[in-house]
Amino acid sequence: MPALLFWIFAAAMLVFGAAVIINRNPVASALSLVISFLGLAALFMSLDAYFIGIIQVLVYGGAVMVLFLFIIMLLDLRAEKARRINMVAFAGGIAVALALFVQIYLVVSQLRGANATAPALADPAADDVRGVGLLLFESYNLPFQIIAVLVLVVTIGVIVLSKRELR
Amino acid sequence: MDYYFIITTLMKIVGVVFLIILPMVSYTVYAERRVSALIQDRLGPNRVGPAGLLQPVADALKFILKEDFTPAHVNKFYYWLAPCLAMVPAIATIAVVPFGSTLFGVPMVIADINVGVLYVFAIASLGVYGIVIAGWASNSKYPFLGGVRSSSQMISYELSLGLAVIPIFILVGQLRLTEIVNYQIAHGWMIAPFIGDWLNPVKWLLAVPMLISFAVFTVAIFAETNRLPFDLPEAETELVGGYHTEYGSMKFALFFLGEYAAMITGAAIIVTLFLGGWHLPVPWWGAEGFQWLLINGDAPGWRGVLGGLFNIATFFAKVAVLLIVFIWVRWTLPRFRYDQLMRLGWVFFFEIALVNIFVAALIIAYLPL
Repeated sequence: MPALLFWIFAAAMLVFGAAVIINRNPVASALSLVISFLGLAALFMSLDAYFIGIIQVLVYGGAVMVLFLFIIMLLDLRAEKARRINMVAFAGGIAVALALFVQIYLVVSQLRGANATAPALADPAADDVRGVGLLLFESYNLPFQIIAVLVLVVTIGVIVLSKRELR
Repeated sequence: MDYYFIITTLMKIVGVVFLIILPMVSYTVYAERRVSALIQDRLGPNRVGPAGLLQPVADALKFILKEDFTPAHVNKFYYWLAPCLAMVPAIATIAVVPFGSTLFGVPMVIADINVGVLYVFAIASLGVYGIVIAGWASNSKYPFLGGVRSSSQMISYELSLGLAVIPIFILVGQLRLTEIVNYQIAHGWMIAPFIGDWLNPVKWLLAVPMLISFAVFTVAIFAETNRLPFDLPEAETELVGGYHTEYGSMKFALFFLGEYAAMITGAAIIVTLFLGGWHLPVPWWGAEGFQWLLINGDAPGWRGVLGGLFNIATFFAKVAVLLIVFIWVRWTLPRFRYDQLMRLGWVFFFEIALVNIFVAALIIAYLPL
């Protein structure tokens, strides 16, 4: 059963991931991306990583994509729908994507242990929220604080930039 | 494969959704109409059946038999998708809430996952899509304004919602909702720690930040479920009907019932986090003097079954009391203005919740509990 669920969610993720770039309607693209994120979250949860899975839904599905959708709807991008496909750019995009895929494949196939199945969790009921919290605040406290300051600076920067335009 | 687990889980899902939540939704609508009538010195619906109790059935029949009309100017696919997106998250949220102790040895919670309340926030944050898409797909100005208002309102109040529960997690050290209920059984409810060593003043001092959390969380739930005084997305004096202006018949009913379902799950979360969940202690004067008697489904035979049913009834009775409070507030307070709503969320509740976390953390860190 979990294997079947894996294939369902993996297929949904890839299909809707492709739909993000195939759709001509920006709103449809954004919603496809949401479903793709949900599929990814389900895959995380099937690996017993509930915390990462739920954060995926909460942050990307619930917050970031709502703002994306918001902006798309306010901009009313009808031009994108009417634009014709530039065949040269289309072929170029496929070529770049293929090259990237081949590179990733070559690198990953060279990795030690890439083919081996990882051992199962010693304790599937382990509290991953507590684990992540302890790791962040004990072993990686300084990098965590630096990232927090960075995010604060970015937030203030965005506010200053957008306010300047208003004046 | 564990067939026993799958069958009991399916039974719990069907039982909770179809036998408890959906009837509760329709009778909350009925209660809303009767209580509002009481408050405004009217009678309300009292013709269909004894005291109007069959009114929800008549309403459901009316909604199903109405013509299912789709306006010509809408974006068809998304117009049909939006009502489903409004209903599903509201019901899916109930999956992690422990609504009883045990019944026939089966724990009365559908999915006891260790991220508990984060799951609630994650699924609830998906609920905004239904309203945003409804507003956009209607291709009409008032629904669009309603959808935009709603999404900014929900994003703003999600912050206070998330911050308000942090003191509980500092205290319990777990996100799992069953653990939070167990903690409250051992130490007393979050806002009224009367069990255990209830003479300890620090416990009552800690109940003060918990009360503040409770207030902030409840107000944020009002905003998240678009209830008056925060029902700006559908403020009828400004926006006709808001995001569901272009909807009729069963599709409108899905929005309408989705709002009530969200109210019920919101009330269920409040009960679980702050009011002891399914726990109702019974005062008992036995051989060892006064004590609180714990009733649950662990007792052997029919007493265990009765205990389990009693816990489920207790949980939903608490939810029903909160729902009456929701209705009471709606028919008592006037609507806020939109800028007042945003100011209240960002300038007032956000800061209170933030300071509250520090107060609770200081009490827990420096005073012996």
